[in-house]
Amino acid sequence: MQLTNRSKQVSNKEMTLAEKMYLPAIAHGLAITLKHFFQKKATIQYPEVKKYLGPIFRGHHVLKRDEQGRERCTACGLCAVACPAEAISMVAAERKKGEEGLYREEKYAATYEINMLRCIFCGLCEEACPKQAIYLRHDRFLPVFTERDEVIYGKDKLVERLDDRYVRTDSEVKATPTEPSLSRSAN
Amino acid sequence: MILVIFGVTLLIAMYSTYAERKVAAFMQDRLGPNRAGPFGLLQPLADAGKMFFKEDFIPSQANKWLFILGPCLAILTALMSSAVIPFGEGFKFDDLTIPFQGVELNIGILYVFGVVSLGVYGLMVGGWASNNKFSLLGAIRAASQNISYEIALGLAMIAILMMTGSLSIRAIVEQQHGFAWNLFNQPLGFIIFLTCAFAECNRTPFDLPECETELVGGYHTEYSSMKLGFYLFAEYINMFVSSALISSLYFGGYNYPGMDWVRETLTSSLGASTGYNLATLVGTLVLFGKIFFFIFFFMWVRWTLPRFRYDQLMNLGWKNLFPLAILNVIVTGAGLLYNIRYASWIIVAVAVVVVLASSARAPKGAIQPQRS
Repeated sequence: MQLTNRSKQVSNKEMTLAEKMYLPAIAHGLAITLKHFFQKKATIQYPEVKKYLGPIFRGHHVLKRDEQGRERCTACGLCAVACPAEAISMVAAERKKGEEGLYREEKYAATYEINMLRCIFCGLCEEACPKQAIYLRHDRFLPVFTERDEVIYGKDKLVERLDDRYVRTDSEVKATPTEPSLSRSAN
Repeated sequence: MILVIFGVTLLIAMYSTYAERKVAAFMQDRLGPNRAGPFGLLQPLADAGKMFFKEDFIPSQANKWLFILGPCLAILTALMSSAVIPFGEGFKFDDLTIPFQGVELNIGILYVFGVVSLGVYGLMVGGWASNNKFSLLGAIRAASQNISYEIALGLAMIAILMMTGSLSIRAIVEQQHGFAWNLFNQPLGFIIFLTCAFAECNRTPFDLPECETELVGGYHTEYSSMKLGFYLFAEYINMFVSSALISSLYFGGYNYPGMDWVRETLTSSLGASTGYNLATLVGTLVLFGKIFFFIFFFMWVRWTLPRFRYDQLMNLGWKNLFPLAILNVIVTGAGLLYNIRYASWIIVAVAVVVVLASSARAPKGAIQPQRS
């Protein structure tokens, strides 16, 4: 199996005097390291400079609202079932009169909590959701937490803010391929 | 004056640690330390602070006093050897002339050799007192390596002593006035001296005494806190001193082409003493440029070459460098006797011819693949 075209055939033939002297080889090696000395560095200065991680990166969770700003989640619990780390828990509640502007369906999640110590960012909740309500943002990391009481993310941190809407901008990836609408049309 | 030189030596050793990390990083396409201060310039201070606040641990089975003595000896000898290096011509105050040098010894070069040999005791005592097999092995390696390479080092330098006829480093430097550097008379001696200097400083490719892959940490395995810091510091001071020595012996020290012209213009325009002092400072800067280049070269080689095996190290020292150094001495002597100035180049020319002949005779054609 050839991995690169830089492999060299080794041999144990007798070395010539020039090779025994090491000096030409040393000069060659020094030239190589000096070339690298002036090359562009590969380092990305992480906290200051952040690399774009691609359109399918799975980062911070977000509970989507629809176009009118209503929460899409209907607290069906499929995400919690799909979650292999059992990180998601929720309590469902019935929508009252006058709350139609807040929740899209008649049932909604009164609390929705993700334990970020358990979450493995696999994205199965995103795939399981029939209402396209939960997404893992491709453009944002989960902030670092250092205290136990910062671990559980409730609706206050998860629900999409109206002034900070999340859209998957990349034209190639409009939605996850297994998203219900897409897979249904494929079947 | 001596305190100034010690201070400068320590400062340079401090920033050598920083430079080492930066050079290493740059050669590996990284950026290196850049968090403490601008460009990470405060990193040595942070390192020193860390070293001071670490637990100072002495193993219970170790010989306590020798254990403490080891790093002290190492850093003491390393610092002492910087005293005789001439950093510049001198400063004139009216009729008083102070040479820019710690101590002017007429046997300066012997003094350096003696002190450097004493430096082995620092490693030996420390390694033995640790009561640890790895430390002892590292110490023994350090001692045998230093003894072996000191011979070739000394012989390479004897050729220079024969040409200059003086043991004083200042006299040697003054003879290389302008551009008459010893490098052009002693190319082979320079290569031998450089190689042996690497070995004496325990730098890669000769850093077997602290070979991490075999000996954990070598002679300083058991050391922690500032004692370890002293050992590492001593290594960098040694590096600085040997760079200074190489520049003084082979690269003309504070001499540079056109130095007479510079001094004349400065003295004629600024007055005798100020101009002279300024000219001295320019020479010192030139010397430091050379020293920094060699410190960089030490690091450059460190991040290029892998470590020798122990038998290869001994073979190189005793079977190659030692006879070559003797040959160099003989040829230089003959050159002096028959008044041929560049006699040492004959060896180089012969070596090149032999090398070309041997590579011409080597079997050509496809490389036979090694059977696995």
